[in-house]
Amino acid sequence: MGLLIDNITYIYNEGSVMATNAIDGVTCEIPDGQFIGLIGHTGSGKSTLVQTMNGLLRPSSGKILYNGEDIWGENYDRRKLRAEVGLVFQYPEHQLFEADVLTDVKFGPKNLGLSQEEQERRAKKALELVGMGEEYYEVSPFELSGGQKRRAAIAGVLAMEPKIMILDEPTAGLDPKGRDEILGLVSDMHTKLHMTIVLVSHSMDDVAKYVERIIVMNNAKIMLDGTPREVFRHGEELENVGLSEPQVVYICQYLKQRGMNIPTEVLTVDEAAQAILKAAGKKESENSGV
Amino acid sequence: MIFTKKLSHDYLKKDDEGNVIGKVRALDDVNVHVKPGEFVAILGHNGSGKSTFAKHINALLYPTEGTVTVDGMDTTNDNDLWKIRQEAGMIFQNPDNQIIGQVVEEDVGFGPENLGVPTKEIWERVEESLRAVGMYEYRKKSPNHLSGGQKQRVSIAGVIAMHPKCIIMDEPTAMLDPGGRREVIEAAHGLNQVEGITILLITHYMEEAIGADRVIVMDQGKVAMEGTPREVFSHVEELRSLKLDVPEATMLAYKLQKAGLPLPDGILTKEELADALAKTGLFPEMTADKTPAGTADPSADKTSAGTADKSEDQM
Repeated sequence: MGLLIDNITYIYNEGSVMATNAIDGVTCEIPDGQFIGLIGHTGSGKSTLVQTMNGLLRPSSGKILYNGEDIWGENYDRRKLRAEVGLVFQYPEHQLFEADVLTDVKFGPKNLGLSQEEQERRAKKALELVGMGEEYYEVSPFELSGGQKRRAAIAGVLAMEPKIMILDEPTAGLDPKGRDEILGLVSDMHTKLHMTIVLVSHSMDDVAKYVERIIVMNNAKIMLDGTPREVFRHGEELENVGLSEPQVVYICQYLKQRGMNIPTEVLTVDEAAQAILKAAGKKESENSGV
Repeated sequence: MIFTKKLSHDYLKKDDEGNVIGKVRALDDVNVHVKPGEFVAILGHNGSGKSTFAKHINALLYPTEGTVTVDGMDTTNDNDLWKIRQEAGMIFQNPDNQIIGQVVEEDVGFGPENLGVPTKEIWERVEESLRAVGMYEYRKKSPNHLSGGQKQRVSIAGVIAMHPKCIIMDEPTAMLDPGGRREVIEAAHGLNQVEGITILLITHYMEEAIGADRVIVMDQGKVAMEGTPREVFSHVEELRSLKLDVPEATMLAYKLQKAGLPLPDGILTKEELADALAKTGLFPEMTADKTPAGTADPSADKTSAGTADKSEDQM
């Protein structure tokens, strides 16, 4: 079933002169098991939108249904919702606070009122998923490296065993290897644990590599919604709103402009390499044919 | 401009009572010389020592061993502290932590005001600084209503208003969207070329290093590689082993090279890649002449189509 966002609006400082529409009539469906990239320039409404998804912010108007139920309906258990729809904030490592990694990761399950044993089981499993073994259990979170801290923080949300995982720019400030590790982890959560993923990102290269659907926000509205190939056909529109296409798309467009016979609808360096090799091979066979 | 000689720095580990229980060597025998007017990019994985290095340049940290001099001044000499901080300005990741004024021009004027610059000159400096980063038309706005890239450019204007000789940018684009990243990197190059300000750019985005005069790669507190962007990015495997990457055009060229296409090492841009591919002779349909970057001139397409026809006719 998943999440259904039905014509929601969110107004900051409602009723005052400072009132601003952060979300303005947004409708979209997030079906179970999808891997979605949510992009948009700073201030486009992405972060506000994801915070409405697990009931942290209440829309000014419109409805949000989770598995068919209105999450702001009377008697709806939003605590349970927040366990099922996990949200990893930007720079989540700033929220690490316990004395050791295991206790920190146990904090979420503890708040769910689970037994000591269950808290421990879930925390250990979550840490295993993010690639942090027993040797980290008793380490202070503050002694970890940047990438490790972030993984520990993600484990804290994973330990709630959510069905939907929303990550708000999980790779900001990480080195290329760290970025690959976190995105690999997110991709595993999708393929191995069958979680629904909403990845908020500023990196078109990352989004192109991993997601199956892209939602583009601009001025509090959804501007584009489709597969990466569909969305990246709108290069100019994306640039006009402070975004871009993946770098490899620009490379292929330029090669085509210079006369090479290749498709420009590529998403990864590997796809581009294949396309160029194909263009080279084809030419050779044509030549030999003549 | 900046000299570091055998620079080492230890972070001390302390227990709850404040007793030193261990040391971590964050910088280890770093010898770097940055010339006036140079644009240097510093790469390195998280924890490689980049930021620790940067903080030594404007005396936010002091060497455990070795020396750092900025424009001839030793950073450990307290008498020169404010002069050093005025000459070597710093920009950090999060623009929201660096902006304090309610109005853009007030924020930019804060630095020179603190230096005791006369009021009239403050306003002159504010104007020239905002113009230098292309934010003059926003001078009366509240910083809260700016985009990330605009805020970061206001932060940079605030540093320029102190008339620095050098700006150290510690991942200034980490929190920005693609448009904001472009704006900030263009502003940095503009300041370097037009105003002659020395730039040290720390970044995790490899493409941002392409336009630098020199790239320094740090690992485990040491300088692991150093050279022009072309020299450094020729070492694809080595960079990957240092948890880094190369620009996408470089990676694409590298993969094509591995697949057997005769391409040179160290291709950095799409233009270079196109030129190199055209030279292989495998793509006779490609135009040999360089169309200037970024031109989507429809007539260029026609010309290329024309040459493609011709070359096929000749065969």
